[in-house]
Amino acid sequence: MADRKPARKTVRLKVPVEAADLADLEIGSVVYLDGVIYTAREGVYKKVLEEGASLPDGLAQLSNANFHCSPAAAIEADGSYSVGGVTATASFRFSKWMSAWLERSQARIIIGKGGMSAQDYRDILVPAGAIYLTTRGYGTGALLGRGIKGVSAVHWLGELGNAQAMWIFEVENFGPFIVESDLAGNSLFEQQSQMINANLEKLYAGLKKPALSRYGETDDRKDELI
Amino acid sequence: MIEYQTIEDAARKIMANAAIDIPPDYRQGIEDMAKWEQGELSCFVLQTMMDNWNAASEDRRPMCADTGLPRYYVKVGNDARLDCGFTGLERALRSATALATHDIPLRPNRVHPLWRTDHNNNVGINAPEIDWSFEPEADWIDITTVHKGGLFGTDYRMLFPGDGIDGIKRFYLDTLVAFGKRGLACQPAIIGIGLGGSKDTTMVLGKQAACLRVVGDRNPDPKIAELELELKKLGNSIGMGAMGFVGNAMVADCHIEVGYTHTGGMPMSVHAFCLSSRRATVRIHTDGKCEYRHDPQWFTPYMRRETVEWPIESQHEKRSG
Repeated sequence: MADRKPARKTVRLKVPVEAADLADLEIGSVVYLDGVIYTAREGVYKKVLEEGASLPDGLAQLSNANFHCSPAAAIEADGSYSVGGVTATASFRFSKWMSAWLERSQARIIIGKGGMSAQDYRDILVPAGAIYLTTRGYGTGALLGRGIKGVSAVHWLGELGNAQAMWIFEVENFGPFIVESDLAGNSLFEQQSQMINANLEKLYAGLKKPALSRYGETDDRKDELI
Repeated sequence: MIEYQTIEDAARKIMANAAIDIPPDYRQGIEDMAKWEQGELSCFVLQTMMDNWNAASEDRRPMCADTGLPRYYVKVGNDARLDCGFTGLERALRSATALATHDIPLRPNRVHPLWRTDHNNNVGINAPEIDWSFEPEADWIDITTVHKGGLFGTDYRMLFPGDGIDGIKRFYLDTLVAFGKRGLACQPAIIGIGLGGSKDTTMVLGKQAACLRVVGDRNPDPKIAELELELKKLGNSIGMGAMGFVGNAMVADCHIEVGYTHTGGMPMSVHAFCLSSRRATVRIHTDGKCEYRHDPQWFTPYMRRETVEWPIESQHEKRSG
């Protein structure tokens, strides 16, 4: 195991990032972040994009990295915050808000779990000049928690609750992340899935179908559910 | 007599044990898989997960920020006595959940399904769930907490006797492939399979098989044990590893639990625990002594009994004597 440890290209980026910082990133590269990142998911997207709430002042100047995440964090009696772990949540569910969100927030890095569809990259992220980073292993809450050095603000905490509020984190050597989609919209997950799909027909060979099919059932396991 | 405060304190402790310390059986399972995993990216992810478990234990912080749906499984000795009664025990578990959510801290995950109301303490209507079982000739209570993600990796299907083992294998593969893509199931995982019972029983048995049996444990029925090993091997031959990357590390172990079912049916459920398989157990004795462990020992011979009488031997003796 250890002797097979791959020599992956590793990059440290300062957030907010400049367009030029993202230009050289290749899918599969490892990324660590320094600076400021914020969490935003369906609660914040609805609040801003559907209910018309204003973004916090100067958000784009402060950070352009949106983490699909809810932290394991608590508010202490003195009003301070204690942050334990942070873990990504699955991004494909937020697709319907992403185009408008990237325009409003000027976010250029989306961090999350599982990536988005290749079409979303082409239609939404690429035109906005944004890339997608996936956490390396989804349950790495403790490792990522170590990279959080402070909470600079929490927005909409009362209305949205801990999990859906916008948490603004100061981070240092925050990662590891893997580049899932680059500025051209290439996708590591898609590339890997294509290789796996090649084996599926053989895997199912000889296994007869069940007597009762299901509504909407497909026999093409190459199809994605998202 | 087991006292309320003992229960609440012990429950708080297992909440922290589960959230922070990966169970040793699962750690060993993943260490073994990392040795043979050929997929470069998949192996890379396994290595990161092991680093993460170490960081969690060293820092005393949760290994995964997604609390999942924290819940309890309580096994009550037939002779156990509680000063607070059983509703008191339920209150103690709710209280421990709220306190642990703040103290560890855990992410408050529980919201109303429609109004998204969040009490910020993982307590609400029907939350946390408490499943009960009983054990003869015992005066202790066992409390296990499980923190399992709640969005992906589980499916249910009504199969029929004619579908046979082929039907089981196909549905098993369907679930692993569907939720394994992009690693939504957070594999490699302990896969639990429920077979039989009524539809809800099928789901409950599969969930318990995934969350309440340890890596390496086998069903006492030798033919089911053989099927567990066959399905484990099948899952690890898909060609998919951690995060849905090319590889083979998919199934840390496969556990099957069965329940007698409708004569015309063979309902099946598949459940994937995750790369942060969080479970912890405490046994509270009648003198207040607490013993902590990671093996829930949930499926006792009594749980899997087949006939009316228990124990079977004593009935046999009664008849022959």
